[in-house]
This record gives sequence, structure tokens and C-alpha cells, in this order.
Amino acid sequence: MDEGLKSELQKQGIFTTTVEDIYNWGRKNSVWPLQFGLACCAIEMIAASMARYDLARFGAEVFRPSPRQADLMIVAGTVTKKMAPQVVRLYNQMPEPKYVIAMGACAISGGPFKQGYNVLKGIDRYIPVDVHIPGCPPRPEALIHAFMTLQKKIDEQQLTGKNRARYFDPEAPSEFPVPKFGEHDLEPPSNPDVWQPPALIRG
Amino acid sequence: METLEQIKLRIDAAIPGARLEIVPNDSPSGQRSLWLDNEHVFEVAKLLHDGPQFRFDYCSSVTGVDFLDAELAEKIKVKKLVDGVEKEVEEVKKTKRAGYLEAVYHLYSMELKHGPLIIRMRTENRADKNHLPSLTPIWRGCEFQEREIFDLYGIIFNGHPDLRRILMWDDFKDFPMRKDYVAPDDYEYEPTPHDDVLEKSKRQHTAAN
Repeated sequence: MDEGLKSELQKQGIFTTTVEDIYNWGRKNSVWPLQFGLACCAIEMIAASMARYDLARFGAEVFRPSPRQADLMIVAGTVTKKMAPQVVRLYNQMPEPKYVIAMGACAISGGPFKQGYNVLKGIDRYIPVDVHIPGCPPRPEALIHAFMTLQKKIDEQQLTGKNRARYFDPEAPSEFPVPKFGEHDLEPPSNPDVWQPPALIRG
Repeated sequence: METLEQIKLRIDAAIPGARLEIVPNDSPSGQRSLWLDNEHVFEVAKLLHDGPQFRFDYCSSVTGVDFLDAELAEKIKVKKLVDGVEKEVEEVKKTKRAGYLEAVYHLYSMELKHGPLIIRMRTENRADKNHLPSLTPIWRGCEFQEREIFDLYGIIFNGHPDLRRILMWDDFKDFPMRKDYVAPDDYEYEPTPHDDVLEKSKRQHTAAN
């Protein structure tokens, strides 16, 4: 709806809105995260949800113990290769619409364990990530900032048209293949549908 | 605690046939250890646990060590005839040593408040003769640590109650802490590469082009 017309009508005492606005407004203010943590980032996540930082202000205080009731997965911490299939499986079990925040250096890239053999170099190799937060671990403020970024993202999602949200597209996948334990590494080492490695430019 | 030499004498007296060796340590700590042969280690460990002078009731850590095949250079003095005169000449003698794996145990006594006594066991080689007796029946706390060594070094502990991989998954075939382990090539971008990582990054870069 045209913003100018909307404010003009508001001056006349007529409040107008659209289904899309109401829908997004409702969703963005009740994003329930999945209650799971993998490493020290989870401690910061817990701090963010408690009284001092109070994630409840953003409608996200209800950490759900079941993926079937959760809207948001906060991957808080180091994803080891042994843990990665379980994380993907949890994501697959979440109902649409669902979002992912990769919290901390480990979850976005492997962090200090990047040169190791047992840590997944970023959860975005297997599932689509909406917001990445750097930091080791990120402060609760950083998580809140990521959360606000996600809210903004939800607010801008369209219900119809070409740029509609992913989960309104019947062609878009809602589940992603769970990697298998191979003899030397996870198989496959990444999901090429989700993650394309950046091109290397180095002299 | 008694000195390592005294402990060695005591063990020699109590268990005839046991081969022991004091392993020197050139590092600043100078902390020497006792090498035990695989046939008698269980008996010796029992003695160390129960013997009234020892009472090593606490095993604080078990460590794996990997030694690759190596060529040892040793300088020896040889008498030689040089221009008709007998002279002492230094020669470098090279010997090949097959690689082996070691398990190192740190023992303390809570009762007598002494320790650590460091004992080590050695496998014959790194490939097929990689069995060692498990000391878990004596020190229960060794269970997970021996499993970890089994997982990361591939030493098989005979007599271990539950020898499974503990950190990596069951189907994993490699032993990541061995020196010749090659990690999967699964990271593409390194912002500040150096040393080995720089080499790896260069290889990846040329492969990508």
C-alpha cells in the first residue's frame, strides 16, 4: 500500500494496514528460538535471554525444547563434525517459516578450530543461515543486534510475487539432506545447493 | 618417593624376568620415566598399585605419543690408520629405527602422598603390532583416556572393558593425532595464512585455477 495515501488516511482518522504488514508484524514479534547450545556461545545466549539483557523485549523469551514448536535456530557454538548431522536434523524438524542465526566465529566459519580435523567450518555448509554474528563469543548485545536484524528481515518479507519469502515457494526445499559419517570426513563435506565457496583471489 | 633406580630395583626383585628401562629426559624438567615391557606390565602395574612402598592408587593421565620411522645419526669414535698412523676418527653411524606408538601413564599415590611416577609402554610398530595391555582393570580412571588414545592414535588396548571410539564417530577410519595424518581439505578461505597454512592455501589456489 502506498505510504503517502496511508498517512493521508491516518490524518483523517482512518487506520489502514495490509495483511502482509500484520502478518509480518505478528511473526517478527514472537520468534521462538530452539533451546539448544553447543559451546560457550550458548552461555552468552542464555545471558541474553535473562533479566539483564532481556530478549523477552523482542518476543523471543520462549526457548522451545522441541524443534516442532520453534521458529528460530540459534546455532550457538562450535559445530563438530560429529554433531553436524544432528543440527541439520533438528533444522529439518522445525516447521516453516524457520530462520537460522549462526552465532559466533565457530558457527560461521569454524573459528579458532578452522584448521582442525573435527570441526565443521561453518554451519552454512548444510543449512541456509539468515544472520551471521562474528565474535568469540559475541556479547549478548551482538545477539540482540542479530535478532533485530532478523526482525527487519522478517518485516521485509513478501507474501506474494516474485520476491516472496522462501517458504511460500513450493519449489524451495524446507528440508536439507543430513550428512553421513564417512570414513575420513562427513559425506558430502558440504551441500552445494546451499553453499558455494567464495572464489579465491590470491597472488 | 623413592628414586627411579630404587623403584626399578624393587620391581626387578619382585618380578623376575620383567624388563625395565629408565628413559632419560634431556628437557629442563629432567622428569625421567620408566619403560616397561608389554609382557610384564600388568604384573608390574599391580605391584605399583598394591605394593606397600608404592601404593600408586591414582592414575592422573594417560597420554599417547607417536614416533615415526626415523634415521638416527650417532657419532662414534673409530680407530683408523691414517697415513700409517693410528688415529681416532669420528664417524657418523646411521641406524634406522622403526616407528612405534607409546602410552604414558602418570601415577600418584594419594595414600602416601607421592608421585608422579611415569611409566610408559611401547608398541612394536605403528601398523599391525599396535596392541598394548590395558591398565583399566587396575586404575579405573584410565578407561576413557585409553579409549581416547585408541581413537586418536590407534593403539589397541587388550583387556579394556569397552574399547570404542570416544571422540570421532565409529565409522571413522583415521587416527588424527598421528604425525602422518592428513586432515581433510575442507576449508577454502584463510584470511591470514602463514607457514603450513600458507602452503596449503597456495596449493588450493593453484588447484582452483
